[in-house]
Amino acid sequence: MQNTDIPPVYDSSKQVSPALDELREIFNYRNLVIQMVRRDIVTRYKRSFLGIAWTMLNPLGTSIILVLVFSNVFGVSTPGYPIYILSGFIAWNFFSQTTNASMVNLIWGGDLLRRIYIPRTIFAVSSVGTGLVNLALALIPLLGIVIVSRIPITPALLFLPIPIICLALFSLGVGLFLSSLAIYFTDVAEMYQIVLMAWFYMSPIIYTDELLPEQLLNLIKIINPMYHLINLFRTPILQGQIPEFSEILISGGWALVSILIGWVVFTRRADEISYRV
Amino acid sequence: MVDSNSNKNLMIDNLEVIRLEDVGVRYRVPSERITHFKEYAIRWMQRRIRQRDFWALKEISFSIKQGETFGLIGPNGAGKSTTLKLIARVFRPTTGRVVVRGVVAPLLEFGAGFHPELTGSENIYLNGAVMGFTRREMESKFKRIVDFAELGDFIDVPVRTYSSGMQARLGFAVATDIEADILIIDEVLSVGDEGFRRKSFERLEGYRRKGVTTVLVSHSMDTIKEMCDRAVWLDHGQIKMIGESDQVVNAYLDGQ
Repeated sequence: MQNTDIPPVYDSSKQVSPALDELREIFNYRNLVIQMVRRDIVTRYKRSFLGIAWTMLNPLGTSIILVLVFSNVFGVSTPGYPIYILSGFIAWNFFSQTTNASMVNLIWGGDLLRRIYIPRTIFAVSSVGTGLVNLALALIPLLGIVIVSRIPITPALLFLPIPIICLALFSLGVGLFLSSLAIYFTDVAEMYQIVLMAWFYMSPIIYTDELLPEQLLNLIKIINPMYHLINLFRTPILQGQIPEFSEILISGGWALVSILIGWVVFTRRADEISYRV
Repeated sequence: MVDSNSNKNLMIDNLEVIRLEDVGVRYRVPSERITHFKEYAIRWMQRRIRQRDFWALKEISFSIKQGETFGLIGPNGAGKSTTLKLIARVFRPTTGRVVVRGVVAPLLEFGAGFHPELTGSENIYLNGAVMGFTRREMESKFKRIVDFAELGDFIDVPVRTYSSGMQARLGFAVATDIEADILIIDEVLSVGDEGFRRKSFERLEGYRRKGVTTVLVSHSMDTIKEMCDRAVWLDHGQIKMIGESDQVVNAYLDGQ
């Protein structure tokens, strides 16, 4: 920054659009995003015995328990059920962790926002960055189980970045929207936990479509974007196929709607953040 | 440091690095503090949400020239910190205009930007990034920062094990080593032992000679007189007096 001969000029009267300005600023501060992701990863594992292995073991452990419960107690015997659960769980974890972290990091990072200018979306953006690193790590045991279960590894796996990008944009939008509420009310984070619980059971993570009455399934398809996003992530792994084009469009559409609303709502409120958090 | 080419589309004088034009800052706070959504929903249904406006600054206009050391004085709640935050871009003015040319380095309150679990050196890179610097830019400053902070081998140990003095030294070393054009100092020079304080003052003097602009808030009138060329006296968000620091400080002390 200081290497350029032209010093940066800040003129408060030259704000064109908060949403576009923020986009430019977050790009200028991409180095801080990287440092914050690094910090999240390093501090999370620094003092733990198994270190980074927890990211892989955690969804794996939960999935094993769920598989045991559902195949033995409820008698679910769909082929590839362990992978069905684990892949759904990984996608869901990404969403719930990043949206929560966006809120929490903004509230805790408020200290910094009161002292120095940094782009306000940086907490949500770096939360998604950290989530992506964890997601990539969680894919390793998932692929291990795919191989053990003799489900063929196909080139369709190369499609995975698309559902991951959709998930990331969707989560970023939701995280920003929640953050703009959390600035005003301290109980938003707690209420969100209840919403998440309901949302979890409304999403096809532990159950398959066939277990639902048709009317309920159709309702879920309409009102729950996570239904589509989770399946978009799961299809290439479980079926070895690229999802149908219509499914890609629906997921992409939800991701765009979410990021647009979240970004605009948050950046409109952004100037108030430094004295509210 | 100030490039004349970049000046074409700017209506400000070449030497002016900070300019406030008729600036006002309004905080909009609910008349009763509602922190829970549940409460808000109930009040909203009862139509009992009232906002109270509070102007922290009103009709503030002044400019600071390159290389100046500029002081802000006044009683608590006068708007000194709000003014600093406008310059540091933490707040945006509600009315009027703020123009700042150059990299601004606010002296963080000591330890504010540090993460306790990270080591000193990891924190240096994190803090550099907070101020907008790349890893490579920070690498060239790294050794100087460590030397100035006198941390030695402690640089590779988590910051939570540092004494407050060590944290203070690291904070000052990082904030003042970034070759900023404008330095913002809010009552932080009172920390640290005498030796480190003298060293800090010397470093600030050195910056002044290099043409760095400094904006300083202090309750110590001696510090203002000693370090500042000019000063502004703020009271209830408005300018009471602006001028040579000696005169402003004397008027302020007389007026008390």
